Amino acid sequence: MTQPVSPPRDSTATVPEDRPPAWRGLLARADVRTLSLLGVLAALIVVGGITKPDEFLDTRNLQLVLTQASVVGVVTVGMTFVIVSGGIDLSVGAIVALASVWATTVATQEYGFAGILFTAIVVGVGCGLVNGVLIAYGSMVPFIATLAMLASARGLALQITDGKTQIVTVPSVLDLGERDAYVLGIPPLVLVFAVVTVIGWLVLNRTTFGRRTVAVGGNPEAARLAGIDVRRQRLYLYLLSGLCCGIAAFLLIVLSGSGQNTNGNLYELDAIAAAIIGGTLLTGGRGTITGSVLGVLIFFTITNIFALNNLQSDVQQIAKGAIIVAAVLVQRRTASTT
Amino acid sequence: MASEPPLLSMSGITKSFPGVRALDGVDLDVQAGEVHCLLGQNGAGKSTLIKVLAGAHQPDTGSIRWRGEEVTLRSPINAMRLGIATIYQELDLVEHLSVAENVHLGHEPTTAGFVVRGRAARASTAALLKRLGHAEIDPARLVGQLSAAQQQIVSMARALSHDVRLIVMDEPSAALDPDEVDNLFRIVGDLTAAGVAVVYISHRLEEIRRIGDRVTVLKDGRAVANGLPAKSTPTGEVVALMTGRNVEYVFPDRPVSPPPGEPVLTVQGLSRPGEFEPLDLEVRPGEIVGLAGLVGSGRSEILETVYGARKPTTGQVRVGGRALKPGSVRAAVRAGLGLAPEERKAQALLMLESVTRNVSVSSMSRFARGGWIDRGAELGAARAATRELSLRPDNPSVPVRTLSGGNQQKAVLARWLLRGCKVLLLDEPTRGVDVGARAELYAVIRRLADEGLAVLLVSSEVPEVLGLADRVLVLREGRVVHTAPARELDEHRVLDLVMEGSPAS
Repeated sequence: MTQPVSPPRDSTATVPEDRPPAWRGLLARADVRTLSLLGVLAALIVVGGITKPDEFLDTRNLQLVLTQASVVGVVTVGMTFVIVSGGIDLSVGAIVALASVWATTVATQEYGFAGILFTAIVVGVGCGLVNGVLIAYGSMVPFIATLAMLASARGLALQITDGKTQIVTVPSVLDLGERDAYVLGIPPLVLVFAVVTVIGWLVLNRTTFGRRTVAVGGNPEAARLAGIDVRRQRLYLYLLSGLCCGIAAFLLIVLSGSGQNTNGNLYELDAIAAAIIGGTLLTGGRGTITGSVLGVLIFFTITNIFALNNLQSDVQQIAKGAIIVAAVLVQRRTASTT
Repeated sequence: MASEPPLLSMSGITKSFPGVRALDGVDLDVQAGEVHCLLGQNGAGKSTLIKVLAGAHQPDTGSIRWRGEEVTLRSPINAMRLGIATIYQELDLVEHLSVAENVHLGHEPTTAGFVVRGRAARASTAALLKRLGHAEIDPARLVGQLSAAQQQIVSMARALSHDVRLIVMDEPSAALDPDEVDNLFRIVGDLTAAGVAVVYISHRLEEIRRIGDRVTVLKDGRAVANGLPAKSTPTGEVVALMTGRNVEYVFPDRPVSPPPGEPVLTVQGLSRPGEFEPLDLEVRPGEIVGLAGLVGSGRSEILETVYGARKPTTGQVRVGGRALKPGSVRAAVRAGLGLAPEERKAQALLMLESVTRNVSVSSMSRFARGGWIDRGAELGAARAATRELSLRPDNPSVPVRTLSGGNQQKAVLARWLLRGCKVLLLDEPTRGVDVGARAELYAVIRRLADEGLAVLLVSSEVPEVLGLADRVLVLREGRVVHTAPARELDEHRVLDLVMEGSPAS
């Protein structure tokens, strides 16, 4: 039957070319959403600067915010890929916990720095592999498969530690977590976060892998009929999320000097919330690494300001909830006007 | 009769969608107690008309009189309150609710306004089902467990649970076995005897002869005949009314002699029981082969099975002599097949992305080294491919959703042009495309064939298949009933074949 077709064509004129000069590209690409996130972050810094001028703007404090944000930040980069592909990974916090305890057992620590790093990453990727196979080839709903992984990984982490904190005794690992540790003048955790962010951005925006991710999330049927191996792409995406969890687990070990089965608690919510605040569509097909990372920074800045002003974590939680709602409402408005 | 005003009188109904005038001044009169049949080819405006009648679409102009009074059908609820019920072809039942719950959905018998009286609902449902001759359906069963025919009965029971005076049935017999059709006709007879009017849509002329009283024929959004006697109007006259377009289609010239060479696409014994029977066909480079048939004749299913999007039960597909792995789209694409699917937006396009990315999605790796995309090369190639098809606007960086239907279709074609495919499978290539833009698409398709592409074309619009294809396979209910060069067929004959199933003289 006749179908309504051609949508309004009046919005075609303002679209930029694919390839403006690099510096203009940054400006052109800094869309309303990114600018508004930057605005929110700037406003928060102003609020922090006014309420606690000495403590908040202290270099050490700002370093601390960034360092704390790094762990969830790395997880969020992986989560953004998964959500852009139309999936979800609820197991990230549990994977971080499992990877952090597995990498800090007495047996693992005998192999020193490399042993801890290697184990954290292998455990993370291994959990991602299980998620990916169940979802891509077992046709399980991502929500269910990763929920099951959440439960099992937490359980396994508890079994390994028996509820005890595993203290790290490897000096080279502990050194990285020292307050005065710098690599290239940057705290090492922040450096790792920055590198993961840049690589994530490049992969999502400049590679075939990123394109396939967006295509699978935007229209899986169209992606399949265009000849993309949708299932393999899904598998890779959960592997990627697991890899990010492994890296985050290592950062957490460095930061806390220990491994605990309660590590990474509710990271899944923080990472999903940060991605959504950053403009990633939960239905897939659209999302940016920049937005997600700004979302993480906004979260941790709020937490810091609240803590400095002696507001309790319950108030922080309420504020986070309000921010998520506000961000989604604002995005819906901007989406409908463009 | 003259003193009695018609139950329903629609006059001068127009309805436009962006780029398409679906209804163009349609009149329809329905008397109480009659079966009024609505005939027309796909795209003639039948669906739009019944959606206006159901309150689902608001007409742009025109008036509707119901039992002598002017009414506005603001919403489906509004229409239902007046006594107009619609049974759509795709049944709108909730599978996880019981039969009784579905029948009373939205108007459940209640105590104190909100406590559902389940027993009363089941009792009244049972009474309705008995009246419909299907007392064996348990009102407590889940609708999802019923057969298609039984679901249709439930849908009808739902319509009758209101105080209805007019029931619209959109191809109710399409999913039914012959004896189920008999029961359907008995029900229709009971309803009309009780003074209820039925608007009956079907492609099957023999059904219209059996139960219809009058026929209204739609074509290109206009009613070309109003209230013809259903039993006595000759078939030829009805078919002639349905065809013979007002719109001039301009088709490109086809080559004088069939292109030489070995077939590039060979399909042998391909089948999916229930969808289509074993099929053989060959397409040579430079040749356009058309599949003509109605909705439900298995056209799209055949194309999707050739493409590997559905797994065949039997048979195989060969491209350039090599057999494809069955049920693998990737194998098909690698071998040089490309599909422009029926539902462009749902099945082909990434609506949030630019034209460039939509065009390059099937050949990304060509612009990538180690996974790293050279976006300059990509844009250049996309621009070359879209320019070759004169896609407008001439800027592949615009979002694909801002294009018109015809240009979106060109973006899909550009995708396969860029990929360098050998066989193009086109499913309803001009669906949702402006009449004016169609000629251009036809020219593009013919030019691609002239350049050596093999094209397999599916369309429900018979003139399109006849005008564009070199050879035509006529399908009826999953079976090829006739094969002939397009120039030996005319629209009249093809319509006879697809509706009657036997070659008419």
